[in-house]
Amino acid sequence: MTVTVNGKPKPLGEAKTLSQLLEALGVKAAKKAVELNGLIISPSAFATTPVAANDQIEIIQFVGGG
Amino acid sequence: MTPLIIAGRTFHSRLFIGTGKFGSHELMRKAIEASGSELVTVALRRVDLDKNPEGDPLISKLDPGKVVIVPNTSGARTAEEAIRIARLARAAGGFDWIKLELTPNLHHLLPDPIETLKAAEVLVKEGFKVLPYINADPVLAKRLEEAGTVAVMPLAAPIGSNLGIRTRDMLEIIVANARVPVVVDAGLGMPSHAAAAIELGADCVLINTAIAAAADPVGMAKAFAKAVEAAEEALAAGPRAPRASADASSPLTGFLWEKPEH
Repeated sequence: MTVTVNGKPKPLGEAKTLSQLLEALGVKAAKKAVELNGLIISPSAFATTPVAANDQIEIIQFVGGG
Repeated sequence: MTPLIIAGRTFHSRLFIGTGKFGSHELMRKAIEASGSELVTVALRRVDLDKNPEGDPLISKLDPGKVVIVPNTSGARTAEEAIRIARLARAAGGFDWIKLELTPNLHHLLPDPIETLKAAEVLVKEGFKVLPYINADPVLAKRLEEAGTVAVMPLAAPIGSNLGIRTRDMLEIIVANARVPVVVDAGLGMPSHAAAAIELGADCVLINTAIAAAADPVGMAKAFAKAVEAAEEALAAGPRAPRASADASSPLTGFLWEKPEH
Protein backbone atom coordinates (compact mmCIF):
# COMPACT_ATOMS: atom_id res chain seq x y z
CA MET A 1 0.00 0.00 0.00
CA THR A 2 1.68 3.17 -1.17
CA VAL A 3 0.83 6.80 -1.83
CA THR A 4 2.63 9.16 -4.19
CA VAL A 5 4.13 12.09 -2.30
CA ASN A 6 5.88 14.87 -4.20
CA GLY A 7 6.13 12.59 -7.19
CA LYS A 8 7.65 9.60 -5.37
CA PRO A 9 6.05 6.42 -4.02
CA LYS A 10 5.97 6.29 -0.21
CA PRO A 11 4.60 3.56 2.07
CA LEU A 12 1.22 4.41 3.54
CA GLY A 13 2.03 2.29 6.62
CA GLU A 14 -0.44 2.65 9.46
CA ALA A 15 -1.40 6.21 8.51
CA LYS A 16 -5.14 6.80 8.37
CA THR A 17 -5.09 10.60 8.26
CA LEU A 18 -2.99 13.27 6.64
CA SER A 19 -1.53 14.25 10.03
CA GLN A 20 -0.43 10.67 10.66
CA LEU A 21 1.13 10.42 7.21
CA LEU A 22 3.03 13.71 7.66
CA GLU A 23 4.33 12.47 10.99
CA ALA A 24 5.42 9.14 9.50
CA LEU A 25 7.27 11.01 6.74
CA GLY A 26 8.99 13.23 9.31
CA VAL A 27 7.35 16.42 8.00
CA LYS A 28 6.73 19.29 10.42
CA ALA A 29 3.24 20.50 9.56
CA ALA A 30 3.80 24.19 10.42
CA LYS A 31 3.56 26.52 7.41
CA LYS A 32 3.21 23.68 4.95
CA ALA A 33 0.62 23.39 2.22
CA VAL A 34 -0.81 20.05 1.23
CA GLU A 35 -2.66 19.03 -1.89
CA LEU A 36 -4.50 15.73 -1.78
CA ASN A 37 -5.52 14.46 -5.21
CA GLY A 38 -5.42 18.02 -6.52
CA LEU A 39 -7.42 19.57 -3.68
CA ILE A 40 -5.80 21.94 -1.21
CA ILE A 41 -6.27 20.78 2.37
CA SER A 42 -6.32 23.47 5.05
CA PRO A 43 -3.85 22.76 7.90
CA SER A 44 -6.74 22.73 10.38
CA ALA A 45 -8.13 19.72 8.49
CA PHE A 46 -4.93 17.65 8.36
CA ALA A 47 -5.97 15.64 11.42
CA THR A 48 -9.41 14.77 10.06
CA THR A 49 -8.58 14.18 6.39
CA PRO A 50 -8.35 10.48 5.56
CA VAL A 51 -5.61 9.14 3.29
CA ALA A 52 -5.80 5.94 1.26
CA ALA A 53 -3.65 3.84 -1.04
CA ASN A 54 -2.78 5.46 -4.39
CA ASP A 55 -3.51 9.00 -3.18
CA GLN A 56 -1.53 11.70 -4.94
CA ILE A 57 -0.11 14.10 -2.37
CA GLU A 58 1.96 17.27 -2.67
CA ILE A 59 3.66 18.77 0.38
CA ILE A 60 4.83 22.31 -0.23
CA GLN A 61 7.02 24.62 1.85
CA PHE A 62 8.36 28.16 1.74
CA VAL A 63 11.95 28.63 0.60
CA GLY A 64 14.07 31.64 -0.24
CA GLY A 65 13.08 33.38 -3.46
CA GLY A 66 13.05 36.73 -5.20
CA MET B 1 8.31 62.15 -0.35
CA THR B 2 4.83 61.08 0.63
CA PRO B 3 4.78 57.69 2.38
CA LEU B 4 4.50 54.67 0.16
CA ILE B 5 1.17 52.89 0.55
CA ILE B 6 0.41 49.57 -1.12
CA ALA B 7 -2.96 47.93 -0.58
CA GLY B 8 -3.57 50.17 2.42
CA ARG B 9 -0.29 49.30 4.10
CA THR B 10 2.27 52.06 4.72
CA PHE B 11 5.92 51.30 4.00
CA HIS B 12 8.69 53.41 5.52
CA SER B 13 11.35 51.89 3.28
CA ARG B 14 11.22 51.89 -0.50
CA LEU B 15 13.56 48.93 -0.64
CA PHE B 16 12.05 45.46 -0.90
CA ILE B 17 14.20 42.35 -0.56
CA GLY B 18 14.05 38.91 -2.15
CA THR B 19 15.15 36.07 0.14
CA GLY B 20 16.75 33.75 -2.45
CA LYS B 21 20.43 32.87 -2.77
CA PHE B 22 21.58 33.90 0.74
CA GLY B 23 24.38 31.76 2.15
CA SER B 24 22.40 31.15 5.34
CA HIS B 25 19.11 32.12 6.94
CA GLU B 26 21.02 34.11 9.55
CA LEU B 27 22.76 36.14 6.85
CA MET B 28 19.40 36.73 5.20
CA ARG B 29 17.86 37.88 8.47
CA LYS B 30 20.74 40.28 9.17
CA ALA B 31 20.68 41.68 5.64
CA ILE B 32 16.93 42.33 5.82
CA GLU B 33 17.37 44.04 9.18
CA ALA B 34 20.26 46.16 7.87
CA SER B 35 18.24 47.18 4.82
CA GLY B 36 15.29 48.47 6.86
CA SER B 37 13.04 46.71 4.37
CA GLU B 38 9.42 46.05 5.29
CA LEU B 39 8.54 43.70 2.42
CA VAL B 40 10.25 40.46 1.48
CA THR B 41 9.48 37.82 -1.11
CA VAL B 42 9.67 34.05 -0.66
CA ALA B 43 9.12 31.10 -3.01
CA LEU B 44 7.21 27.81 -2.69
CA ARG B 45 8.70 24.44 -3.50
CA ARG B 46 8.13 20.78 -2.70
CA VAL B 47 9.47 19.54 0.62
CA ASP B 48 12.48 17.32 -0.05
CA LEU B 49 11.31 14.17 1.73
CA ASP B 50 14.64 12.37 1.38
CA LYS B 51 17.12 15.09 2.32
CA ASN B 52 15.14 17.41 4.59
CA PRO B 53 11.66 16.10 5.41
CA GLU B 54 11.20 18.54 8.29
CA GLY B 55 11.32 21.33 5.77
CA ASP B 56 13.13 24.62 5.27
CA PRO B 57 12.80 26.78 8.41
CA LEU B 58 13.09 29.99 6.33
CA ILE B 59 9.63 31.31 7.06
CA SER B 60 10.19 31.08 10.83
CA LYS B 61 13.20 33.40 10.44
CA LEU B 62 11.00 36.21 9.12
CA ASP B 63 9.07 38.42 11.53
CA PRO B 64 5.61 39.15 10.10
CA GLY B 65 5.34 42.01 12.60
CA LYS B 66 8.22 43.76 10.81
CA VAL B 67 7.95 42.66 7.19
CA VAL B 68 5.12 41.87 4.83
CA ILE B 69 5.84 38.39 3.49
CA VAL B 70 4.98 38.09 -0.19
CA PRO B 71 5.14 34.59 -1.68
CA ASN B 72 5.98 34.47 -5.38
CA THR B 73 4.72 32.10 -8.03
CA SER B 74 8.18 31.45 -9.44
CA GLY B 75 8.44 28.29 -11.49
CA ALA B 76 4.92 28.74 -12.86
CA ARG B 77 4.71 28.61 -16.66
CA THR B 78 0.96 29.07 -17.04
CA ALA B 79 -1.80 31.05 -15.34
CA GLU B 80 -3.17 27.79 -13.98
CA GLU B 81 0.13 26.90 -12.30
CA ALA B 82 0.52 30.39 -10.84
CA ILE B 83 -3.02 30.33 -9.43
CA ARG B 84 -2.34 26.93 -7.88
CA ILE B 85 0.82 28.23 -6.17
CA ALA B 86 -0.97 31.34 -4.88
CA ARG B 87 -3.73 29.22 -3.36
CA LEU B 88 -1.15 26.91 -1.76
CA ALA B 89 0.67 29.93 -0.27
CA ARG B 90 -2.58 31.14 1.24
CA ALA B 91 -3.35 27.69 2.63
CA ALA B 92 0.14 27.23 4.08
CA GLY B 93 0.67 30.55 5.72
CA GLY B 94 -2.47 32.62 5.36
CA PHE B 95 -0.60 34.93 3.00
CA ASP B 96 -2.78 36.90 0.64
CA TRP B 97 -0.11 39.08 -0.94
CA ILE B 98 1.27 37.36 -4.02
CA LYS B 99 4.03 38.27 -6.43
CA LEU B 100 2.79 36.93 -9.73
CA GLU B 101 5.82 35.58 -11.56
CA LEU B 102 5.27 33.58 -14.72
CA THR B 103 8.45 32.74 -16.55
CA PRO B 104 8.05 29.97 -19.12
CA ASN B 105 11.62 30.28 -20.46
CA LEU B 106 14.31 29.31 -17.97
CA HIS B 107 17.04 30.87 -20.10
CA HIS B 108 15.93 34.50 -20.00
CA LEU B 109 13.23 34.23 -17.29
CA LEU B 110 11.18 36.94 -18.97
CA PRO B 111 7.56 37.03 -17.83
CA ASP B 112 4.67 35.80 -19.99
CA PRO B 113 2.35 38.82 -20.28
CA ILE B 114 -0.74 36.92 -21.45
CA GLU B 115 -0.66 34.27 -18.71
CA THR B 116 0.20 36.96 -16.13
CA LEU B 117 -2.89 39.00 -16.99
CA LYS B 118 -5.10 35.86 -16.96
CA ALA B 119 -3.80 34.82 -13.55
CA ALA B 120 -4.09 38.35 -12.15
CA GLU B 121 -7.76 38.57 -13.13
CA VAL B 122 -8.54 35.34 -11.26
CA LEU B 123 -6.42 36.06 -8.17
CA VAL B 124 -7.75 39.61 -7.73
CA LYS B 125 -11.29 38.16 -7.69
CA GLU B 126 -10.17 35.68 -5.02
CA GLY B 127 -9.08 38.54 -2.80
CA PHE B 128 -5.34 38.31 -3.30
CA LYS B 129 -3.22 41.46 -3.26
CA VAL B 130 -1.49 40.88 -6.56
CA LEU B 131 1.90 42.33 -7.47
CA PRO B 132 2.67 41.22 -11.02
CA TYR B 133 6.25 40.91 -12.30
CA ILE B 134 6.17 42.18 -15.88
CA ASN B 135 8.35 43.30 -18.70
CA ALA B 136 8.51 47.09 -18.85
CA ASP B 137 5.37 47.31 -21.00
CA PRO B 138 3.23 50.38 -20.28
CA VAL B 139 0.12 48.91 -21.94
CA LEU B 140 0.34 45.70 -19.93
CA ALA B 141 0.99 47.69 -16.75
CA LYS B 142 -2.23 49.64 -17.36
CA ARG B 143 -4.21 46.48 -18.15
CA LEU B 144 -3.04 44.88 -14.89
CA GLU B 145 -3.86 48.00 -12.90
CA GLU B 146 -7.35 47.96 -14.43
CA ALA B 147 -7.64 44.29 -13.45
CA GLY B 148 -7.10 45.35 -9.84
CA THR B 149 -3.48 44.58 -9.05
CA VAL B 150 -2.17 46.58 -6.08
CA ALA B 151 1.11 47.45 -7.82
CA VAL B 152 3.07 46.64 -10.95
CA MET B 153 6.61 45.29 -10.96
CA PRO B 154 8.34 46.07 -14.24
CA LEU B 155 11.83 44.72 -14.78
CA ALA B 156 14.98 46.79 -15.23
CA ALA B 157 16.84 43.87 -16.86
CA PRO B 158 16.60 40.05 -16.73
CA ILE B 159 16.37 38.47 -13.25
CA GLY B 160 19.73 38.12 -11.54
CA SER B 161 21.60 39.84 -14.38
CA ASN B 162 22.76 42.88 -12.35
CA LEU B 163 22.77 44.82 -15.64
CA GLY B 164 21.05 47.90 -14.25
CA ILE B 165 18.25 49.84 -15.92
CA ARG B 166 17.94 48.70 -19.53
CA THR B 167 14.29 49.62 -19.89
CA ARG B 168 14.47 53.28 -18.88
CA ASP B 169 12.27 54.79 -21.59
CA MET B 170 9.46 52.31 -20.98
CA LEU B 171 9.76 52.61 -17.19
CA GLU B 172 9.34 56.38 -17.52
CA ILE B 173 6.10 55.87 -19.47
CA ILE B 174 4.84 53.35 -16.89
CA VAL B 175 5.64 55.71 -14.00
CA ALA B 176 4.00 58.67 -15.76
CA ASN B 177 0.73 56.76 -16.23
CA ALA B 178 0.46 54.38 -13.27
CA ARG B 179 -2.15 54.91 -10.59
CA VAL B 180 -0.74 52.05 -8.53
CA PRO B 181 2.77 51.93 -7.06
CA VAL B 182 5.54 50.93 -9.45
CA VAL B 183 8.14 48.54 -8.06
CA VAL B 184 11.20 48.20 -10.28
CA ASP B 185 12.15 44.56 -9.95
CA ALA B 186 14.95 42.45 -11.41
CA GLY B 187 18.29 43.38 -12.89
CA LEU B 188 19.30 46.13 -10.45
CA GLY B 189 22.90 45.26 -9.61
CA MET B 190 24.34 48.25 -7.79
CA PRO B 191 23.00 50.87 -5.37
CA SER B 192 23.32 53.50 -8.12
CA HIS B 193 20.86 51.47 -10.24
CA ALA B 194 18.34 51.49 -7.39
CA ALA B 195 18.82 55.23 -6.89
CA ALA B 196 18.30 55.81 -10.62
CA ALA B 197 15.05 53.84 -10.50
CA ILE B 198 13.71 55.98 -7.64
CA GLU B 199 14.94 59.16 -9.33
CA LEU B 200 13.08 58.33 -12.53
CA GLY B 201 9.90 58.10 -10.48
CA ALA B 202 9.54 54.48 -9.39
CA ASP B 203 7.91 54.10 -5.98
CA CYS B 204 10.27 51.38 -4.83
CA VAL B 205 12.74 48.71 -5.91
CA LEU B 206 13.05 45.00 -5.21
CA ILE B 207 16.57 43.63 -4.84
CA ASN B 208 17.61 40.02 -4.36
CA THR B 209 20.70 38.78 -6.21
CA ALA B 210 22.70 42.01 -5.89
CA ILE B 211 22.47 41.76 -2.09
CA ALA B 212 22.32 38.01 -1.50
CA ALA B 213 25.17 37.15 -3.88
CA ALA B 214 27.47 39.95 -2.70
CA ALA B 215 30.56 38.92 -0.72
CA ASP B 216 29.07 40.84 2.23
CA PRO B 217 25.28 40.81 1.91
CA VAL B 218 24.76 42.89 5.06
CA GLY B 219 27.14 45.60 3.80
CA MET B 220 25.44 45.58 0.41
CA ALA B 221 21.98 45.78 2.00
CA LYS B 222 23.09 48.91 3.88
CA ALA B 223 24.52 50.41 0.68
CA PHE B 224 21.23 49.84 -1.19
CA ALA B 225 19.26 51.36 1.69
CA LYS B 226 21.42 54.49 1.60
CA ALA B 227 21.10 54.80 -2.18
CA VAL B 228 17.32 54.53 -2.07
CA GLU B 229 17.13 57.07 0.75
CA ALA B 230 19.50 59.41 -1.07
CA ALA B 231 17.33 59.31 -4.17
CA GLU B 232 14.18 59.95 -2.12
CA GLU B 233 15.81 62.92 -0.37
CA ALA B 234 17.02 64.28 -3.69
CA LEU B 235 13.54 64.17 -5.16
CA ALA B 236 12.11 65.82 -2.05
CA ALA B 237 14.73 68.54 -2.37
CA GLY B 238 13.41 69.50 -5.80
CA PRO B 239 16.04 68.74 -8.41
CA ARG B 240 16.52 71.28 -11.18
CA ALA B 241 15.66 69.92 -14.61
CA PRO B 242 18.56 69.01 -16.91
CA ARG B 243 19.30 71.34 -19.84
CA ALA B 244 21.15 70.82 -23.07
CA SER B 245 23.50 73.81 -22.81
CA ALA B 246 25.93 74.97 -20.14
CA ASP B 247 24.84 77.21 -17.29
CA ALA B 248 27.90 78.51 -15.46
CA SER B 249 28.12 77.86 -11.75
CA SER B 250 30.90 80.42 -11.26
CA PRO B 251 30.28 84.07 -12.10
CA LEU B 252 31.05 85.02 -15.70
CA THR B 253 32.28 88.43 -14.60
CA GLY B 254 35.25 89.80 -12.64
CA PHE B 255 37.96 87.76 -14.38
CA LEU B 256 41.59 88.79 -13.54
CA TRP B 257 42.36 89.72 -17.10
CA GLU B 258 39.32 91.86 -17.55
CA LYS B 259 40.19 95.39 -18.57
CA PRO B 260 38.21 97.94 -16.61
CA GLU B 261 35.83 99.83 -18.82
CA HIS B 262 36.15 103.60 -18.87
